[in-house]
Amino acid sequence: MALTGLEIYKKLPKQNCRECGLPTCLAFAMKVAAGQAGLDTCPRLTEEARSNLNEASAPPQRLVTIGEGEAGFPMGQETVLYRHEERFHHPCGIAVRVEDTLDDAGLDARLEAIGQMAFERMGLRMVIDLVAIDNVSGEAARFAACAKKAAEKLNKPLVLISGNVAALQAAAASVAPRRALLQFTEAAPGEDLFKLAKEKNLPLGLQADSLEALTALAEKARAAGLQDLVLSPGAAAGPAAALEFLTKTRRAALQKKFRPLGYPVLTYALGSGDEALIAACWYVLKYAGIVVVDTLEPVAVLALMMTRFNIYTDPQKPVQVEAKLYAVGEPGELSPVLITTNFALSFYSVEGEVEAARVPSYILAVDTEGTSVLTAWAADKFNAETIAAAVEKSGLAEKVKHRKLTLPGHVAVISGGLEEASGWKVDVGPKEAVGLTSYLKQRWKAE
Amino acid sequence: MAIPETKEAWAAAINRLTIGATTAQGGTRKSTVTVGGAKCVPGLAFDGDLGEPPAVAVEVWDVPADDWPEELAGQYGAALNKPGDWAKKAVEFGADMICLRLMGVHPDGGDRSAEQAAATVKEVLAAVGVPLIVWGCGVAEKDNKVLPSCTSAARGENCLFGTITEKNYRTLVAACLADGHKLIGESPLDINMAKQVNILAQDAGYPLSDLVLYPNSAALGYGYEYVISILERGHLAALNGDQLLRQPVLCNVGAEAWRTKEARAADEEVPGLGTAARRGPLWEALTATGLMPAGADILVMRHPGAIALVKQGIKTFMRAG
Ligand code: SF4
Repeated sequence: MALTGLEIYKKLPKQNCRECGLPTCLAFAMKVAAGQAGLDTCPRLTEEARSNLNEASAPPQRLVTIGEGEAGFPMGQETVLYRHEERFHHPCGIAVRVEDTLDDAGLDARLEAIGQMAFERMGLRMVIDLVAIDNVSGEAARFAACAKKAAEKLNKPLVLISGNVAALQAAAASVAPRRALLQFTEAAPGEDLFKLAKEKNLPLGLQADSLEALTALAEKARAAGLQDLVLSPGAAAGPAAALEFLTKTRRAALQKKFRPLGYPVLTYALGSGDEALIAACWYVLKYAGIVVVDTLEPVAVLALMMTRFNIYTDPQKPVQVEAKLYAVGEPGELSPVLITTNFALSFYSVEGEVEAARVPSYILAVDTEGTSVLTAWAADKFNAETIAAAVEKSGLAEKVKHRKLTLPGHVAVISGGLEEASGWKVDVGPKEAVGLTSYLKQRWKAE
Repeated sequence: MAIPETKEAWAAAINRLTIGATTAQGGTRKSTVTVGGAKCVPGLAFDGDLGEPPAVAVEVWDVPADDWPEELAGQYGAALNKPGDWAKKAVEFGADMICLRLMGVHPDGGDRSAEQAAATVKEVLAAVGVPLIVWGCGVAEKDNKVLPSCTSAARGENCLFGTITEKNYRTLVAACLADGHKLIGESPLDINMAKQVNILAQDAGYPLSDLVLYPNSAALGYGYEYVISILERGHLAALNGDQLLRQPVLCNVGAEAWRTKEARAADEEVPGLGTAARRGPLWEALTATGLMPAGADILVMRHPGAIALVKQGIKTFMRAG
């Protein structure tokens, strides 16, 4: 866990030489503790002190990246058990499994479908994060060929799942230089596996059916010089057991600083039934670093992505958009003007409906400090005066010929006041964004 | 290296609370529902006593639900015109309880009278043997006129009535004390307000042990992380002994999930996302699934497909053994 400034200061040279760019060693220590400076900027630190400090200040759960650079998928380095305590940092990866027993046509089709799965929500493009090739065939050559094809077709980080070291070796070689995760599924890995991961600098996934056994495995791997580890309860673990595994590893790492379990966790929610989807949902919410699923049903994948998106938002910051006038489509001087708040959820719900209705419109996002229509109204941030001021500032009067504003139905009570304050007519729109499509198509008229 | 002990030493459990009364207990219910009792983080048997699994209450209205999309309304068909028939359907769909929402007493929603509302409560009680939640229209003056007639119509049945708020609690507290019902305290996604409502009820002579918390709800993809955090904070505070947050928690899952585009939209409005028959129940079920690990005890739901899925999930994650 993070050291305090004073704990760091004790190990510094205490020469106040300013070579780190700060006036004193104490000031430097405080910066390091706050994560705003690295130990490397003190040239006078002894090697011994450096390694001591590095070990002690290493995060309790390691950040492990599959792949590299921009295309890499980072996971772990979580700091809390509940999002309200701070926030969750590295969103759980959704990995779709591809069995290497598929024939070539089936393989192509599946990879194609994985690549095409994408959703636009909240101004973000959400896609499948990783591809997990599963060595169901037990054959090294087939496994390697499938992995190679996935690497060629998709620019996504890869998980290679096998209990066979030779197969992992062949597949890793076939996708090199991509840094795939080697997810080993047998309980007794040998030195050859550690050697493979070490030589090729690949993250290594270990699995065991008890935490005791897994701790022993992780210690062996650490002793062999491996640092980028991933832990898994395995595909055979039942949902309740997997949840217990996830919770115990997270608590042991964060609360007890137990290094052997201080790594991200990979869980499986396989099968096409809805039980798998429910389980996947629990794992995303409760601490998984990667969930491997079979489903490619769009609405199911979207639900998992939204679950993940929601739980990983920063509770300190409401998700907001810039408060201003937005043009959706190419609105003209007779196009509707829809009023909403700058809470991202409100704004994007309205925008999505306008796009779906294909009625070009203006959306005015009023600054409510990122709060929703009803919350902002209750807090007096979304009232006749604030809306009228936003209309004025937006320059709408020059953009449209009509003088009509559409107000969210939930705040119909302020329509009279708004007409007075703004001089515009007010049309009370639907309460929920979902009603906008029919409103725009059937009800809205410029005059 | 030995693995460190990660089981928490919790100080207290969520209150156990029973809704409904059988003939032997002075009512006419065939079954009762007990919720709460957990002395652990939800679903974690290793952490402590799991307590009672979450219960599913199914929504029934006193007037036909005119804004339900076809996929949802179609499940109930003509029964939507008769609360008693509607409740029977709900029980067929797996309801542990009925949540009767008096939408029709709303001044803008029909303005039904106290007598009419009380008659509907009796109709539903007569139609089914499961316990009853009765929920007002949310307009304080009107609820204060109507709900006391309903509490007395259901006297002895040990129903769960809602809601009391910081601004409006005296009438319903008095009525539930007189007629022996449990109460829902409502707060707007704010943990201090949730406690405040409990304090007000307690000061008015109502026992904390008979209250249920309703901190408001939201759907998956539509801000339900705020609800999750409120639930988790409350649950942890309760386990650490906070008397004012030890009440079981109710979540309005169906009402929120069926407002979403994913559930409501016509098939051609969301190309590639599958049929309404699939999207709606799934969104409702996964909304409930997200709230359970955070500490939801009573899930108010709508669609039979979602109910079945959620019950499956409860069995998998929320029951001992
Ligand atoms: S460079 Fe090192 S020794 Fe010099 S002032 Fe900074 S911390 Fe102190």
